[in-house]
Amino acid sequence: MRAENLPGPALPTWKWAGLAALLAALCALPFLLSNFSVFQLTLVMAYAIVLVGLNMLTGYNGQISLGHGAFYAIGAYAAAILMDRYGVAYWMTLPVAAAVCLAAGFLFGLPALRLEGPYLALATFGLAVALPQLLKHKSLEQWTGGVQGITILKPDPPFGLPINADQWLYFFALAVAIVMFALARNLLRGRIGRAMVAIRDNPIAAEAMGIDIALYKSLTFGVSAMFTGVGGALGAIAVQFVAPDSFNVFLSIAFLVGIVVGGLASLQGAIYGALFIQFVPNLADRVSRAAPWAIYGIMVILFMYLAPGGVAGIVHRISRTWKRRKT
Amino acid sequence: MRKGKILACAFLLSALAAAPGASAQKKYDTGASDTAIKIGQTMPYSGPASAYGTIGRVEAAYFNMVNEHGGINGRKLELISLDDGYSPPKTVEMTRRLVEQEQVLFDFQPLGTAPNSAIHKYMNAKKVPQLFVATGATKWGDPKNFPWTMGWQPSYQTEGKIYAKDILANHPNAKIAVLYQNDDYGKDLLKGLKDGLGAKASMIVKEASFEVTDPSIDSQILSLKDSGADVFVNIATPKFAALAIRKVYDSGWKPVHYLNNVSLSIGAVLTPAGLEKSVGLITVAYLKDATDPEWANDPAMNEYKAFLAKYYPQGNVADSSNVYGYSAAQTLVQVLKQCGDNLTRENIMKQAANLKHLQLPLARPGIEVNTGPDDFFPFEALQLARFDGQRWVAYGKVIE
Amino acid sequence: MDTFLAQCLSGLATGGVYASLALALVMIHQATRLVNFAQGELAMFSTYIAWSLIQAGVPYWPAFALTLALSFAAGLLIERVVLRPVRGAPALSMVVIFIGLLVILNSVAGWIYSYTVRPFPSPFPPEPPFGQHYVSSHDLGAIGVTIAVLLLVYAFFRFTTLGLAMRAAAQNPESARLAGIRVGWMRALGWGLATAIGAVAGMMVAPIVFLDPNMMSGVLLYAFAAALIGGIDNPFGAVFGGFFVGVLENLLGAYAIGQELKLTLALVVIIAVLVVKPAGLFGRTLVKRV
Repeated sequence: MRAENLPGPALPTWKWAGLAALLAALCALPFLLSNFSVFQLTLVMAYAIVLVGLNMLTGYNGQISLGHGAFYAIGAYAAAILMDRYGVAYWMTLPVAAAVCLAAGFLFGLPALRLEGPYLALATFGLAVALPQLLKHKSLEQWTGGVQGITILKPDPPFGLPINADQWLYFFALAVAIVMFALARNLLRGRIGRAMVAIRDNPIAAEAMGIDIALYKSLTFGVSAMFTGVGGALGAIAVQFVAPDSFNVFLSIAFLVGIVVGGLASLQGAIYGALFIQFVPNLADRVSRAAPWAIYGIMVILFMYLAPGGVAGIVHRISRTWKRRKT
Repeated sequence: MRKGKILACAFLLSALAAAPGASAQKKYDTGASDTAIKIGQTMPYSGPASAYGTIGRVEAAYFNMVNEHGGINGRKLELISLDDGYSPPKTVEMTRRLVEQEQVLFDFQPLGTAPNSAIHKYMNAKKVPQLFVATGATKWGDPKNFPWTMGWQPSYQTEGKIYAKDILANHPNAKIAVLYQNDDYGKDLLKGLKDGLGAKASMIVKEASFEVTDPSIDSQILSLKDSGADVFVNIATPKFAALAIRKVYDSGWKPVHYLNNVSLSIGAVLTPAGLEKSVGLITVAYLKDATDPEWANDPAMNEYKAFLAKYYPQGNVADSSNVYGYSAAQTLVQVLKQCGDNLTRENIMKQAANLKHLQLPLARPGIEVNTGPDDFFPFEALQLARFDGQRWVAYGKVIE
Repeated sequence: MDTFLAQCLSGLATGGVYASLALALVMIHQATRLVNFAQGELAMFSTYIAWSLIQAGVPYWPAFALTLALSFAAGLLIERVVLRPVRGAPALSMVVIFIGLLVILNSVAGWIYSYTVRPFPSPFPPEPPFGQHYVSSHDLGAIGVTIAVLLLVYAFFRFTTLGLAMRAAAQNPESARLAGIRVGWMRALGWGLATAIGAVAGMMVAPIVFLDPNMMSGVLLYAFAAALIGGIDNPFGAVFGGFFVGVLENLLGAYAIGQELKLTLALVVIIAVLVVKPAGLFGRTLVKRV
């Protein structure tokens, strides 16, 4: 992985125009599609934010996490508890979820500093496996609702706008996603991003150059968890329900699959990955009712063979061939 | 099996006779037509609860059989059953797809308390029947607040209360130890037990929980034994119930052992645990166990086995979930027959709340399905039974 | 005191389960430097093969032997066919592939055999030894088998040329090739052996926990903890780790923190061990040259 993975310098004009067109298309979608599809796309955006976070940690910084479902759960529960128990407005819950997860991620990152590769994967795997049981614990029951979970209401569009709740939530999620992606891009473009990649590629050299490895690694964990928590809060508001069963180890596995299939160390990869984890299980179900996960697993493995750079890698290769043809 | 066929015909005829005079005009809501009735469902076909996926499969097989015999009132039953992996967010997504995209008439037997909790408000807001939910949580029988949701099986709390009553009647000075699965079903049953004991809830000297991912519950059993209790209530799904029965016996502990209803299958639970280790177990039942020699010559049971062999050969006869699904499907068929040509969602709920003295072929004798506008609990009666080493022997009266 | 002893012995019995799977994990790591998340599901699938053979009328020990042979072949095949094409891939891709395998095996097993719990026969007598009621004959027998496998594995790596060649191939593939070792086949051999060990683990575990497709999913995390505690390169460590985790889990669950936090406990143990002594109790500390 070379430094070209980092988001490059400021975008040329034509790329801005392209993005604007994309934005316009995204804004038009909710009026062209059914409410159900709009709901699905809202989930895709929540997952995309999560995957940006995970990619930061695993793709750019090289720390493998099989436990990001736990931070997703923390974000989701933060939103649910604030909305249900304290009547906090839905948009206020996102910053709180972000702050809580930032702290949680940083705290988890501290002992995780000494863990390399598969060992870190294992520790985070343990976190993902242990969290549902923790959420059900008696001492937390009055906050978390225990096994029964918490139901929350979908927010209504403000100012009496003539759109329905699903559409409003979609736009809200879109706005949040744009903000988070911009934030990520800035982080990764700057000194922090370069430090992250340096730590991943050659920690000893990085340390020799004066980068405080411990600080950056923990910080990356924290920021990564923060993104995931915001995604979790959005997801909870969209689904309107949280329960310990929603956050089992398969969720963490899905996230990891998402970034690898989408493309490691790539911001667009988060979007492709989110689309994959949202829609492919449904497709697999149609192909084989009896063993849908088997189809999912086979698809994942095929991806690893044929496209180890993920979908972002394929897109990159296509765009390079295109550019070469033009010159 | 002439007797079986006669019984089946009698059942069908009585069902038809019970149908109120259908109005001559046809009324349909989305999902119903002259030729078909679209039924939605979410089931865990993958993930940790996938053992229950067989319920969806046996119901699909039953509807195939009904369709082969002409359907109901000339309409074929089209079951669209989607996998939610027992994950509430997936349930929400799949249910929205069923209602908004597939345009089903109603949702039949969605499985799981958390999954159903996730869609509870949605279904009632959309006024789509959430019918005969496949979970025993007590909150599904609340017609005043949630008129579009109805349960089917006896609630777990009802079951817990019956054990409490039996203990108070027969072992008033007992010390009780409870093993329970750490999820909604386990906690609900435990609550029923405690509520049933009322002021004497302090009889429970020790509770121990476990997760469905635990490889062993030996440690819990040992702790429970150590408490000195002489009554043991076993609230566990089949695999863990079997482990518990075996360990209790092997550890030399000889309490009065109550086994919860979901795990009463002789073939799937008591045989792996060891039949000789299961002597004396007490349970409550409302359905017949296909592996119980008690029903070996029962015509309804034989008809069921023939159905399995023909329409669902990969189904396991020993699995009580298949008896459950078969019976739930029959209940639905009865409701649809009663609807006649009025296939609006409102009428579906009305007829579901209008089941009187429905004796299903695989329900234990004397245990009927009864519903009313204020009574959204189809099954309320349960029969206490004790295992004698070979079969479940009923004792006492049927308890409502 | 009586219960304390019972909890300890029960912990050893459960620990034996963890230990046997941990051995398979160690074997894979020795041969390929990989952490195989699919090990549990492979073991489960092998056990189902054994079950099918026994159902078809094959007596226990021949079925056992046949399952070992088939599992060995399957492991070999997986390495040659599934893993060879992606050998250069980053660690993360390997993790994803293993997870893919895990998911496929679990799903296919459920599809073929359904999810009903089945009893699996034990080759050991049903009466508990010496009339006591703490441990069954099978528990003791399974521990015995695990220790026997451990000794065989140790002897293989320590005293045979093939074992030495395998370790060399894993530690330094280039030098090994120069010395004439067929590195690819060493890896495949490692996989075959690990899958066979996993099959033994599965067949010993199934009579205790009953056979169903999700049989190993609960065990995997504890087996990993066990392997790590003992040092992921050390078979003795893995077995010790298994017993340690089993007893610790029981004692803490019964006396200290309650049953509802056992998984959190496993997590804390894993992290604590890795932070305080990353090479595990018996592993060698790797010193990196700068």
